Amino acid sequence: MAKNCWKARCAVANGIARVLRGLGQRVTSRIWRLGYASRFFLAILLHSGTALRRLHLTIREIYFTGVLSLIIILVSGLFVGMVLGLQGYDTLQRYGSTEALGVLVSLSLVRELGPVVAALLFASRAGSAITAEIGMMKATEQLSAMEMMAVDPIARVVAPRFWGGVISMPLLAALFSAMGIFGGYLVGVQLIGVDEGSFWSQMQASVDFREDILNGVIKSFVFGIIVSWVAVFEGYDAEPTAEGVSGATTRTVVTSSLAILAADFILTAFMFTGT
Amino acid sequence: MSRTTLDLWVGFFVAVGLGALLFLALKVGNMASSNSGDTYAIHAKFDNIGGLKVRGAVKSAGVVVGRVTEIRFDPEAYLAVVTINVDARYKFPRDTFATINTSGLLGEQYIGFEVGGDTAMLKAGDTIKKTQSAVVLEKLISQFMFNKAAEDGGNNK
Repeated sequence: MAKNCWKARCAVANGIARVLRGLGQRVTSRIWRLGYASRFFLAILLHSGTALRRLHLTIREIYFTGVLSLIIILVSGLFVGMVLGLQGYDTLQRYGSTEALGVLVSLSLVRELGPVVAALLFASRAGSAITAEIGMMKATEQLSAMEMMAVDPIARVVAPRFWGGVISMPLLAALFSAMGIFGGYLVGVQLIGVDEGSFWSQMQASVDFREDILNGVIKSFVFGIIVSWVAVFEGYDAEPTAEGVSGATTRTVVTSSLAILAADFILTAFMFTGT
Repeated sequence: MSRTTLDLWVGFFVAVGLGALLFLALKVGNMASSNSGDTYAIHAKFDNIGGLKVRGAVKSAGVVVGRVTEIRFDPEAYLAVVTINVDARYKFPRDTFATINTSGLLGEQYIGFEVGGDTAMLKAGDTIKKTQSAVVLEKLISQFMFNKAAEDGGNNK
């Protein structure tokens, strides 16, 4: 009887130990991965000399991440702006202040929607492509082949993709915002008939260059770094199999989207609180 | 794809992106109209600033001549001290009268300068002595109600 009881206690203790071990393992592996990602980031920065010296490598990546994302960014920007125009008008006309439509559309686009939605689209359009490309290069042992030929794959493959993304992102966000404001103008002024003069003049009176536009650009720049970093890291770290690459691509989109939203909250808390 | 076509597309993309930034800066923002030029700071003390905010406009004859840069509370005089950056192009007499006005019934509040006749001009760091506080709508309404009630009382006698 006493012995049985002892055995049962032992089993419980073992079970708890197993759970704790599993937890500890997960935490340490997460931290290890984070550290690896940070070291990888430093390695990219150290090797970016090549990416900038052999500029055509980076230009090629700007073409693939930036130019090919133009269509989706422009069309989504236009539609987001048009929807903001319709919804904003619907709410503002209850208070008889439809002239403030320009302010509403431009501030929400320049401060938040432009950088954030453009970054989310960029993560799913370009980030996933970068991860898949680097992951496939790893799976087909092209990266190892480069190392064999004494070509550093971080300098030759990773850094140009990183910088291409970082350069493209602010430009895409600016295009998204501009297109969205144009969409708001189309719906608000041309379709509904808000006064054109007050639409633009109130917008200009309340949108500040440094406070609103520059902060939006800083945001999109930070998001560009986040998306590109996550994308190249997941690609480089992917398991060299078909499943590994597909898992890495999914992780890129999920991780970078969550990181964008979290970073957006932190940046907004620093930029737009207080007077 | 050949290198030149690639360069062409990337150049086009960068140009369009910078163009969008320029559009945001000039057409949407107030970079063109905002006076990046010289300003000088003057102070004004108010009993009550109402809803005045930092970056609020300072107008004279309806034209924006400066911006509110700082609002703080003077714990000795129990007054609000407002610091105003006035465009260096404009000079105002020392006896300028600063009032807090509201644009429209519910619009935002701004400081209005009513120019006096003094020959000496305000310099940087000067304090405007004559000010008028913001009109608090509730006080105005209650005053009106009391007056009305008093009148009615008088008539009934």
